[in-house]
Amino acid sequence: MSQNRIKEHPILPIPDRENVRFFWNKKPLLAKKGEVISSALFANGIKIFGHHPKDNSAQGIFCANGQCAKCTVIANAKPVKSCMTLVKENMDVKSVEGLPKLPNTEKHEINDIEILEFDVLIIGGGPAGLSAAVQLGEHNIRTLIVDDKNELGGKLVLQTHKFFGSVEDSYAGTRGNDIGKMLAEKVRKLNSLTVWRNSIALYVYKDKKVGILKNDVYKLIKPKIILNAAGAREKFLRFKGNALAGIYGAGAFQTLVNRDLVRPTKRLFIVGGGNVGLIAGYHALQAGIEVVGLVEALPKCGGYKVHADKLKRLGVPIYTSHTIKQAHGEETIESVTICKIDKNFQEIPNTDKTFSCDTLLIAVGLEPVNEFALEAEKAGMKVFSAGDAKEIAEASSAMFNGKIAGLQVARELRKDIEDIPSSWYEKAEILKSEPGKTVDYQNIENNSKVFPVIHCLQEIPCNPCSTICPTNSVKIKGDPITGLPYFEGKCIGCGKCVAICPGLAITLVDYRKNEEFPTVTLPYELKNHKIEKKDQIECVDIDGNILGEYKVKRVIDSPANNRTQLIQAEVPANIAKKIASFHIQPDEVSRPEIKNITKIDDEEMVCLCERVTAKEVRKLIKKGVHDMNQIKAITRAGMGPCGAKTCDNLIKQLFREEGISQEKIVENTRRPVFVEVPLGKFAGGGDDE
Amino acid sequence: MNNYDVIIIGAGSVGVPLALSLSEKKINTLVIDELSSPGQSNNKKAIGGIRATHSDFGKIKVSQRSIEIFSTWQERFGDDIGWLANGYSFPAYCERDEKNLKDLMKLQHQFGLNINWVSPEEYNELVPGINMRGLRGSTFSPEDGSASPLLAINAFYFQSKKFGAEYHFNEKVIAIEQENDRITKVVTEKENYSAGFVVNAAGNQAREIAKMIGLEIPVNPDSHEGAITEPVQRFFGPMVVDMRPSKDSANYYFYQNNEGQVVFCITPAPPIIGKDNDATSIFLPQVAKRMIDLYPRLANLKVRRTWRGQYPMTPDGFPIVGKSQEISNLINAVGMCGQGFMLGPGLGELIAKIILNELDDDDLKALQSFDPYRDFSGMEQFK
Repeated sequence: MSQNRIKEHPILPIPDRENVRFFWNKKPLLAKKGEVISSALFANGIKIFGHHPKDNSAQGIFCANGQCAKCTVIANAKPVKSCMTLVKENMDVKSVEGLPKLPNTEKHEINDIEILEFDVLIIGGGPAGLSAAVQLGEHNIRTLIVDDKNELGGKLVLQTHKFFGSVEDSYAGTRGNDIGKMLAEKVRKLNSLTVWRNSIALYVYKDKKVGILKNDVYKLIKPKIILNAAGAREKFLRFKGNALAGIYGAGAFQTLVNRDLVRPTKRLFIVGGGNVGLIAGYHALQAGIEVVGLVEALPKCGGYKVHADKLKRLGVPIYTSHTIKQAHGEETIESVTICKIDKNFQEIPNTDKTFSCDTLLIAVGLEPVNEFALEAEKAGMKVFSAGDAKEIAEASSAMFNGKIAGLQVARELRKDIEDIPSSWYEKAEILKSEPGKTVDYQNIENNSKVFPVIHCLQEIPCNPCSTICPTNSVKIKGDPITGLPYFEGKCIGCGKCVAICPGLAITLVDYRKNEEFPTVTLPYELKNHKIEKKDQIECVDIDGNILGEYKVKRVIDSPANNRTQLIQAEVPANIAKKIASFHIQPDEVSRPEIKNITKIDDEEMVCLCERVTAKEVRKLIKKGVHDMNQIKAITRAGMGPCGAKTCDNLIKQLFREEGISQEKIVENTRRPVFVEVPLGKFAGGGDDE
Repeated sequence: MNNYDVIIIGAGSVGVPLALSLSEKKINTLVIDELSSPGQSNNKKAIGGIRATHSDFGKIKVSQRSIEIFSTWQERFGDDIGWLANGYSFPAYCERDEKNLKDLMKLQHQFGLNINWVSPEEYNELVPGINMRGLRGSTFSPEDGSASPLLAINAFYFQSKKFGAEYHFNEKVIAIEQENDRITKVVTEKENYSAGFVVNAAGNQAREIAKMIGLEIPVNPDSHEGAITEPVQRFFGPMVVDMRPSKDSANYYFYQNNEGQVVFCITPAPPIIGKDNDATSIFLPQVAKRMIDLYPRLANLKVRRTWRGQYPMTPDGFPIVGKSQEISNLINAVGMCGQGFMLGPGLGELIAKIILNELDDDDLKALQSFDPYRDFSGMEQFK
């Protein structure tokens, strides 16, 4: 049976997993053992999981993270979140059409809820939480780490690219998913640490206890200190047709592709040129998905230039100063229209372009998951935050400030623990620094016969190239981490800098054999688009402009290079230093099309759970309503399963557009529980062993 | 100074419907509330049950009128306020409860209420899957029902504004001045006001407001926690009130609202006095154990949100409504004991009649139940 599964991946191993039969609306289908229902459905090409009771709109995946309920299905008669529920042999899965039916239950277990004490509770086993845990474990402090996923590592698990940051502090040059495994292994070896996987923190109560659903069993934890390392959530965007199925966040996409090895789309369009959107585009290419384009509202991508350059060079157009105007489709997205915008973000008429696509990723920024910290503070508990839960930055920064937070917590509990060196705080600042301005190529006019050309023209916190050079000839101007690298000294042509650069922004030009036709060595990570000796490659400059077609002379695939291939070609001397990479995605993929648009859904939705439109909310704001609780009471916006995690920002934007200042808005009241849980769990049902 | 016919302190369960009744009769009305929009204190904490099947004439009469207002609202004004005539039921699992309920039913029948005794089998049809072990039957009052407190108060609010009522939100009353036996000035952080009548409808804050006039009223809020689940297809009919006390709680109740969500609430025992609104870890396990034991089917229903609010309690469980004897232009409408939402619309009309001097004999009789000068030694049954 043909399934939408990733069968080869340049970075991720494809495990051989047992097939499991299950039923979708009575039809037998195959899943892989140990995968969640939503991924099994996507693998079988099913993207619509049901229809909303309010307006019969198609429902499918949205957060892929257990936070909303858009992916609800009926599994063995019970309504469940398909993104969090493992598929089982012969499971009877049905779509939810309107309201689900609650099955009859004859008897249910009733037990007391266990209350456990720990010195520290870390919420979130991602880069920050695990780094903090290592510090606590090394100081032998009794710590519980809870994480809602089956595998520790948080979003590191989903990162197939090599990391930025510094080699000595944050594993720069190593791939994110490998870093996740290394951290998890360190944590496993420390005796004072207890790890609960598949465990969701629900709320921090006034009586200083934290409700945790551990493997489906409800427990209460009484910690002395809470460390919130719960990460970030993605912001959503308002545009016409934004609630169609097939529109979701980059995080959900990475989960499907890089964790579950499912290919959820054939043609992808991306909104947002921050690192999240850019990396998602790269991950899509690695998964063999066509990336039609990426729009960014600002004149320049906010993410690292090297990430943007990588996409452009491979053939993905990036439309800066553009916005998404509308998504079209019957139930799921079929095409998207973008337009140019001026510096005030206003549409420039007659600049529309429409592209066909089956999935649209929204990557327009992140916000900290700070509700646990806020509730803990309200309850009068000691609480620290780390990683994105504290401040949105790269994972390399999260690991380092997690380490600091871990030691801070340790010092709260044990006064004998050494002071935190002030240099740590300085380094933490450096690791979270925003990209600097773009400059010209540095030092590429020199007399060497062989040398690296550094296509890294924007200051970012990253230093593996200088760390790895055996002759210390890749140097960094200014700050040893954020400064720009340049070549000065002796190059032996080893190519290590080419292979390690996370931005794939170093090439090697070698004139030793032929001065007229030097050999250029290019880094390449997309083995799924196979490049072999004698292939013709369409070489491009840093921005993706075509410089000519040249024949591949050699493909180096050394285990030392950690799945980065080195592609060599002989090219004319006048362009050798300009070549940064080569196109792999044909131009046809990203060509706009003019065809009949099936149905125009011109509702701008602000609350996806309760299907509340911008129009409804705007009407109330115009009537003078400034209390978000009143908007909720009248429209139900924010009353759905996700608990206003998506609509909160969008409603605040509407206030801004209507000229209401932030201080006049009354915020929504936060209430327990932050994730929906069956009532029976609170009665002590279930078994966590 | 801004002058009004009536100033209502508190835009909650009683204040807003009262403003509606007054403004409909062209009475120049101002409602003052320290919060930002209507119903933001305890009205929105109500689970939404509305019943006329009480045990005294006053509450029965007022609630019957409330039910008329709730149930006809949509046809009169067009807004859906979530009214559902789903009925109330009090199942009995012991002889004493059965007897008490049946005795009360005799009284309720005298008041013309539609309430019947159903057998365990009949009850299992109304609430399919209910625990039948030891079940002796249940009361069932099909004309009782429920509505959305959130939608209802906003509907009343916008309609009263159409009739001309004014609301000043984010304004806290800080002083009330009086001369002889009259209130002459209501002072807020922002303005001074005068009015023909001042109504204390301040819910949780009723006692503090009364103190500003030098009066003592016996209203003490105690805390309850409630919750709401995800919506599912309708699977049971009436509000279920389990009266049996447990080791740490008194009664609890739940129903399925017009959206298909199950809403529930429990009464802690002993009561938790105070106005704290922060959730405790005790509530969910406490109520879940009892609900799952009574109705195992609820086990797979996901809890979406919980909250904590207060019942502004009086010593005998009856509201305090009526003219002050000490202050001639003060009316008390306080101490709703957790029933403000269901009593509100009926009380609003009744208090408007006090102000307009339009009370008839039945109204006067109803008001006896709520007499501010009663001795408070009695006790409300089946709260």
